[in-house]
Amino acid sequence: MESKSVLVNGDEAVAMAALDTGVRLGCGYPGTPSTEILETFSALGGRAQWAPNEKVALEVALGAAFGCGRALATMKHVGLNVAADPLFTAAYTGCSGALVIAVADDPGMASSQNEQDSRRYAAAAGVPMLEPADSQQAYDFMAEAVALSEKFGTPVLLRLTTRVCHSKTPVLRRAFPPPPPAAFAPDIPTRVMIPAYARPAHRRLRQRLAEILAWNEQSALTIRYGESGELGLIANGISVMHAREAAPQAAVLQVGMTYPLPVETLRAFAASVRRCVVVEEGDPVIADACRAAGIAVESAPEMFRYGELNVGKVRRILAGDTTPEPARPPGKPPQLCLGCPHRLVFEALRDENCLVTGDIGCYTLGVLAPFEAMHTCVCMGAAFGVGLGLRHVLPPAEARRVVSVIGDSTFMHSGLTGLLDMAYNPPESGHVVVVLDNGTTAMTGLQEHPGTGRLLDGTPARQILPEDLARAMGIERVTVLDMDTKGSGFRAALRADLDSGQLCMIVARRPCILSLRKQRKTEEAKKEGAGQ
Amino acid sequence: MKRETPVNVVVAGLGGQGVLTCSDLLADAAFRTGLDVKKAEIHGMSQRGGSVSCDVRFGAAVLSPMVPDGEADFLVVLEATQEAPNRHVLKPDGLLLSVTQLDTAALPSPKTLNTAMLGMLSRHVPEIPEASWQSALDAAFPEKIRAMNHAAFETGKNSVKIH
Repeated sequence: MESKSVLVNGDEAVAMAALDTGVRLGCGYPGTPSTEILETFSALGGRAQWAPNEKVALEVALGAAFGCGRALATMKHVGLNVAADPLFTAAYTGCSGALVIAVADDPGMASSQNEQDSRRYAAAAGVPMLEPADSQQAYDFMAEAVALSEKFGTPVLLRLTTRVCHSKTPVLRRAFPPPPPAAFAPDIPTRVMIPAYARPAHRRLRQRLAEILAWNEQSALTIRYGESGELGLIANGISVMHAREAAPQAAVLQVGMTYPLPVETLRAFAASVRRCVVVEEGDPVIADACRAAGIAVESAPEMFRYGELNVGKVRRILAGDTTPEPARPPGKPPQLCLGCPHRLVFEALRDENCLVTGDIGCYTLGVLAPFEAMHTCVCMGAAFGVGLGLRHVLPPAEARRVVSVIGDSTFMHSGLTGLLDMAYNPPESGHVVVVLDNGTTAMTGLQEHPGTGRLLDGTPARQILPEDLARAMGIERVTVLDMDTKGSGFRAALRADLDSGQLCMIVARRPCILSLRKQRKTEEAKKEGAGQ
Repeated sequence: MKRETPVNVVVAGLGGQGVLTCSDLLADAAFRTGLDVKKAEIHGMSQRGGSVSCDVRFGAAVLSPMVPDGEADFLVVLEATQEAPNRHVLKPDGLLLSVTQLDTAALPSPKTLNTAMLGMLSRHVPEIPEASWQSALDAAFPEKIRAMNHAAFETGKNSVKIH
């Protein structure tokens, strides 16, 4: 094992811990800021694969864990919404091998459509949650999550945030005992959640959480920095670092396992200081829990609930300063790359005065000038459903203007069921969907998906094409266009489809140029590796 | 004399300019020197040609990975338009190192702008010895473009054009 520390980000640290603890399978769907976990795990030699979406990723990981294989599922915060269905019942079934779900929140929304706080999921599902504050803790807590998952037979959530995922800090790796061999021991009442078996499973879950709470009250995951009896700060995740820097004179209590919350430990800490303040990014989860338990704590005013915390904001919280933050001078907003084939599509949609239901990806930038050709964007796959809903209720002349626009990776993630609804419940005016197929999951950093014909590490795979799926579902007009610089008649095809009153799909295909460059580099690296 | 507080550097530019590589190199050079280092960056949406900035902090001990506003010792700007949006990070006596202070015509390639700006910064950071810069450069670039980046680093270091 390495005896020297390395400078890595939190995602890379989680991957290293996964490898060092013998995780057999990592599954996930790319999503900023979680994407590099699986990419690094694969690069280090771990078995990692992109799933079509987070629900499937978690189910595959759960199956591995049922078979005593240590498993890791990775996703961003909104991905956990997609995976929520298996999550809640996996809490009932538990698991034999470790199951760690690494979920990366994006407070401040550097690259997300909301800033939901995943800590709510831990409480809602009844799954323990660990929150590291830097890369070393990301490594240590990942290893601890593996151990806890097997000790208590439960999935464990490892919550990261942007500044933990994408900050590089030193990490020292270490050696762990080898994992147990994979095997499946049938246990029907535990693993088959029909009501008769699920009712006792729910009781077992609450019993298990009580045991985990007792463990957490004694756990080394709660760390006290400083001995001050004057000012005490309770913090989690990255807020621990901001708090320690903002108030070097204070005692800071890091809560490493934030669910179930070690309430008695917090009560004792609060009693040991004259003034106790909870410093947490996002929702007031710890502060509310403290108050519900009758622990007198201060918390941040509502204005600090929005966006990221930082050292300056923590100083202001402690000083009771609620004057508005000075407005920052605006930077340059992102835009669709010059030469991006999506540009031609959005120009046409704009010029044809279409009502565009959009989706999640680079192409969401079609909402900005000079296109301003997107009118809704909600979540992965919503382009279909929202477009169909509008078509169903709008007057005919308006309905005919509605176009659903979705990217290739998003189509594989959550567009398939929307396409099915389009085929099954067709609007009277028909519908037009445009698949912007640039052959990659571009926004998150050019990852593979079932439509690219390559696996996570670039090796060839079966390729599933949107047009084949549309034809299989009986979509009447399916057009595939190579989006060369002239647009290959996209406008004409769009006009014809809009006028047809039928169910239509246009696949506007042209590989992302950045993706081609990445593939070339991967191939060169492979050749170089083979030559040595 | 050893500083108690970390050295704070913010590197700013536009997506695609090599801001991430530049800050990675700086963090690595500090790390090779044996200092505690933290480096924060933002991925995703910001990469599509928009404003990008990275925070690098190094010293005896670093806590938050983000440079608090008004506490940057250095602001390294790879694109002139990105000076204004980032000035607020600088200390009152902090130093702005801008691409406008660099003779870009002397660079071996426009792609080495980030390395050249690092060279310019290196003159002001006695905490990181020359050997650490050199080994960080060696590690960061494949052989094909290694010499070119060493040359750009030297160009930046020797640039004397005053703003």
